Amino acid sequence: MSTTAPARTGVADPPGPPKPRRSKRRTSAEGSSFRSALPWISPALVLILVIVVFPAGYMIYNSTRKISQIGTDLGSVGLANFSQVFSDPNIPRIMLNSVLWVVVVVFFTVLISLGLAQFLSKPFPGRTLVRMAVIVPWAASVVMTTTLFYYSMDPNYGIFNKFLTDTGLLDSSYGFTQHASSALMVAMAVAVFVSIPFTTYTILAGIQAIPGDTLEAAKVDGAGRWRTYFLVVLPQLRGALAVSVLINIINVFNNLPILKVMTGSIPGYDADTLMTYIFKVLQFDRQIDIASALSVVNFGIVVVIVAIYVWAVKPMKEV
Amino acid sequence: MALLTTEDHASRRVVVGRMTVGLIVAAIFLIPYAVMFIGSLKTRSEILSVPPDYLPRDGAQWSNYLTMWDTPETPVAYNLISTVVIAVAATLLVLLVAMPAAYYSARFKYRGKMAFMFLVIVTQMLQPAILTVGLFKEMLVFNLYDTWLAMILINAAFNLAFAVWIMHTFFAGVPKEVDEAAQLDGAGKLRVLFTVNLPLVWPGIVTALIFTFVACWNEFAASLVILSTAENQPLSVALTRFVGQYSTAWQYVFGVSIVAILPVIILFMLIEKRLIGGLAAGATK
Repeated sequence: MSTTAPARTGVADPPGPPKPRRSKRRTSAEGSSFRSALPWISPALVLILVIVVFPAGYMIYNSTRKISQIGTDLGSVGLANFSQVFSDPNIPRIMLNSVLWVVVVVFFTVLISLGLAQFLSKPFPGRTLVRMAVIVPWAASVVMTTTLFYYSMDPNYGIFNKFLTDTGLLDSSYGFTQHASSALMVAMAVAVFVSIPFTTYTILAGIQAIPGDTLEAAKVDGAGRWRTYFLVVLPQLRGALAVSVLINIINVFNNLPILKVMTGSIPGYDADTLMTYIFKVLQFDRQIDIASALSVVNFGIVVVIVAIYVWAVKPMKEV
Repeated sequence: MALLTTEDHASRRVVVGRMTVGLIVAAIFLIPYAVMFIGSLKTRSEILSVPPDYLPRDGAQWSNYLTMWDTPETPVAYNLISTVVIAVAATLLVLLVAMPAAYYSARFKYRGKMAFMFLVIVTQMLQPAILTVGLFKEMLVFNLYDTWLAMILINAAFNLAFAVWIMHTFFAGVPKEVDEAAQLDGAGKLRVLFTVNLPLVWPGIVTALIFTFVACWNEFAASLVILSTAENQPLSVALTRFVGQYSTAWQYVFGVSIVAILPVIILFMLIEKRLIGGLAAGATK
């Protein structure tokens, strides 16, 4: 399945192998020490440890401290920041929003992408152009796409609102971005829109890797179109689906720009997810300690989701 | 009609049906960006007129593309430079750091390899957004707060995992005999990597490159808290400053967006075919 087929060079396996070569192969194939790998992997290792692992630990540490608004550490407070987070009256609503946000966006993204990928795998004139059109939201910056939708949804000068009233779908234009629940719904639609390209392409890659003879066999057995899809195609897309669902869950859960643009100017916390709430606490209230505690909760949720997912679906068999 | 014949010998009606659906799909994905482009050609009063017009009433204002660089909301030209510098530098750093790690891990066994690959997979699950608070304080301590370097390092670190992962898959697909033949000719490991392996795995490298570049180009959360000076901020952060203003200069937001989006779209289109191959290797293994 890899694109490295031309690698079959003329070096046939055993052209009367001289002994020294064999022993050489041994040493390189058998486990060498960690030190010999260091020159090759240490740049990656250092970057990950300093920029990913250390801040994670540092954040957990900060969540147990009392920190002033200008960043001065005023000593340990144990788990007081966490009890403050969990007694926060906004938290239940925010948690509910976060769950809805992830579930709705990922569900519709995958559902639409499955159909779209299936369609784009069928041959027809102009298919390449359609595939390229589908890529565009991926290439376009999420902030820019969201900004466009925010403008189009404006009740006064928004083009989309005008279109809806012109075509009679709406009696009068509606302030989609001015109410928490409708703004959240529009944000979800935008999130699905920008998540579809990557998901569709991953599934498309999966579809193209399905051996044609399994489909032939299903046809010969007289299986209908839907039966073939659910019994033959879908099971073989397991790998592609697993990876794309996992990456979508992570991306959507941590998405900030869409909600910040769409719901950022709505007062209160009714349209906030955990992610946008953390940024409000950090940017407006400058409470680094509370924001750290919230981030640790957020981090914990992501780790749990990933762990459950990896355990249940096992997206990576080897490595 | 030869034009309507397809590999699967579908009937003409089916092919025309597919083309129609294809047209609708393309329209759905392109219309928002068409609206963006048309909006970028309107005058300021037009884009805020109630009710709005679909097309520019006073003719296309191409001059917007000259005047947009000078608006009171944000120094757009600087923001574009910041975006390019951060994204390009971070992408190069990722390739430079990921390639040797992926190559060595795919080729040789060493103690701690499992731990290293596990670490890589775990970082793949994380994003700067989850760790912004930690990164924010770390950069304050390192004295890198509000610098490009901080964002280059952050972008590189969080995109490293995907690059290592996908390149590992590709390097593992190159038969070992190829390496050994080169080694027999007396080439060192580095030369084997560059002269023998790279030409064979470049679809994987292209996939890694495009993913990293787009992720860096789009990065928002960390830039928002790490970069405080307007000139240092990338477009993703700077453009949000327009939203929620009393009378937003939307035509400029859209003009800048078009200028920023176009090169990436062209880049994507050039590698459209490779992308599927790269994803197939990375995702379906």
